[in-house]
Amino acid sequence: MVQQVVFILIAIFTLGMALGTVISRKLFHAALFLVGTFAGVAILYVLLEAEFLAVSQVIVYIGAIATLIVFAIMLSRSMMDKESGAVNKQWWAAAGGSVLLFAALALLLSKVPFATTSAAVPDDTIAKIGSQFVGVYVIPFEVVSVLLLVAMIGAIMLARERHG
Amino acid sequence: MDLSSLDLRAIGAWFHNLLMGTGMSAMLVQFIESLVGALLLLIFGLTLVIFLIWLERKLAGRIQDRLGPNRVGPYGLMQTMADALKLLTKEDVTPFDADRVTYNLAPALAVFHVIMALAVIPFADQVIAADINVGVLYLMAVGAIGSMAALMAGWASNNKYALIGGFRVVAQLLSYEIPLVLAMLIPVLVTGTMRMNGLARAQGDYLGLGWFVWTLPLAFIIFFIASLAEVERAPFDLLEAESEIVAGYNIEYSGMKFAWFFLAFFMNSWVLAAIGATIFLGGWQGPFVDQIPALGVIYFFAKSLFLFVVQAWVRTTFPRLRIDQMMSFCWKFLVPMALVLFGFVAIILKLHLPSPWEGIILLLSNVAILLVGLSFLGRSQRKAVYASKRAFTPTIPRM
Repeated sequence: MVQQVVFILIAIFTLGMALGTVISRKLFHAALFLVGTFAGVAILYVLLEAEFLAVSQVIVYIGAIATLIVFAIMLSRSMMDKESGAVNKQWWAAAGGSVLLFAALALLLSKVPFATTSAAVPDDTIAKIGSQFVGVYVIPFEVVSVLLLVAMIGAIMLARERHG
Repeated sequence: MDLSSLDLRAIGAWFHNLLMGTGMSAMLVQFIESLVGALLLLIFGLTLVIFLIWLERKLAGRIQDRLGPNRVGPYGLMQTMADALKLLTKEDVTPFDADRVTYNLAPALAVFHVIMALAVIPFADQVIAADINVGVLYLMAVGAIGSMAALMAGWASNNKYALIGGFRVVAQLLSYEIPLVLAMLIPVLVTGTMRMNGLARAQGDYLGLGWFVWTLPLAFIIFFIASLAEVERAPFDLLEAESEIVAGYNIEYSGMKFAWFFLAFFMNSWVLAAIGATIFLGGWQGPFVDQIPALGVIYFFAKSLFLFVVQAWVRTTFPRLRIDQMMSFCWKFLVPMALVLFGFVAIILKLHLPSPWEGIILLLSNVAILLVGLSFLGRSQRKAVYASKRAFTPTIPRM
């Protein structure tokens, strides 16, 4: 019961933040609302007793991605103070696309039989996640790391000084 | 009196029994206990800062051949109280055109992230608010909120110095977070746990003196340097370089809102010292801590305050670095060294050597990597010196 109340409160918070991201008129505010949304999702993970996921969510999304977004906004000067409308001429296309995506996801999630168990969450999940990464899922894990490496090399290539 | 009965855990058990005796449900009892625990941590953190500020000012005074605060109370102990009262009475100014909500939220977030970090610090064996299994990662996650707070303050103040300060915070904190995390991961690799209490417990060999600083000194050095940058202390205090950007991201803040940033700064210093003490100096571990659990608290505070004093000492002795020097020191020196050390430690641990030999080999590899790193640093330093000298030598045209 308590858990449901907490869940509803967090869900309202997260949805409100997400709505704020879309409708706020200042780009910087939108970015801050996005941070709030990420935080709400992280709290949901805590509620699900997935501590590792929650902490990773905060590190990766708030610590890295959101900071980079805010940084990019702050560096583009004209974006700083100017209030721009939350919608432009293509708003109906974006809204239609979002509704379609939501419908497709909802359909998919209601059809997929998720493997559930009533057993308690194991105590040491993080060690299990780690050994799965270098065991069963070693190839996807390595592919992702190679992808990150490619992205890093690309960033260096873009940013390096060109002589002559 | 039997010393072994002196134990902080006994207080918790007494409180638990007291609440259970009133006939409340177990869930409500747990809720009240968590609430009281969180409140205690909060009050503890805020009161500790009063002492820390006094300690640092007194130390800075002595190091710089001054007396430091000595007027209010014995040894000037009440000085911080007086300062806090003064700050409370100051006018609360919000700059014109500031972004009000963000402006007011930033100091709260700055304090919030430090207090969050207190939750996973073990003050003694099992005296820890939340011994979660991702403790070390959690510390990094709450640290990320801190840089967000600085960015918000910098942007919302509508001041170019504040904005530059905000940029510097993000550049510095994101860069130095990498060697910090890598250095913290090395003891995690050795123990195989991310629980802060587990890390402290793993250092209990040899009469509670089997600390990781003996076997992994290089990791500790990297951690300490990176933590200096993470708490924005000299020589890494470009974020609040008074002579360049006046005070950085908190320039527009006055009164109690400024005090919150100040408080977050000092508390963060101590929290990082406490993390360093827990991970590398054994935390509450020490001789005879098994017999007398109360000793653990004393050991923990002695170690964390020792690291805090060293931080203050470094701050008052070293000049400020330039931003390019700071960045290249992190990316070209600390990060590669931490990565190499990480790889070496992983390989050594896979050899499964018997207990004392593993430590000795780890120590030798640490020292070797440190020496190689320092020789590289020295060589590049000499090159830079030659290059700068050559630039100033007048070129004599040949006749």
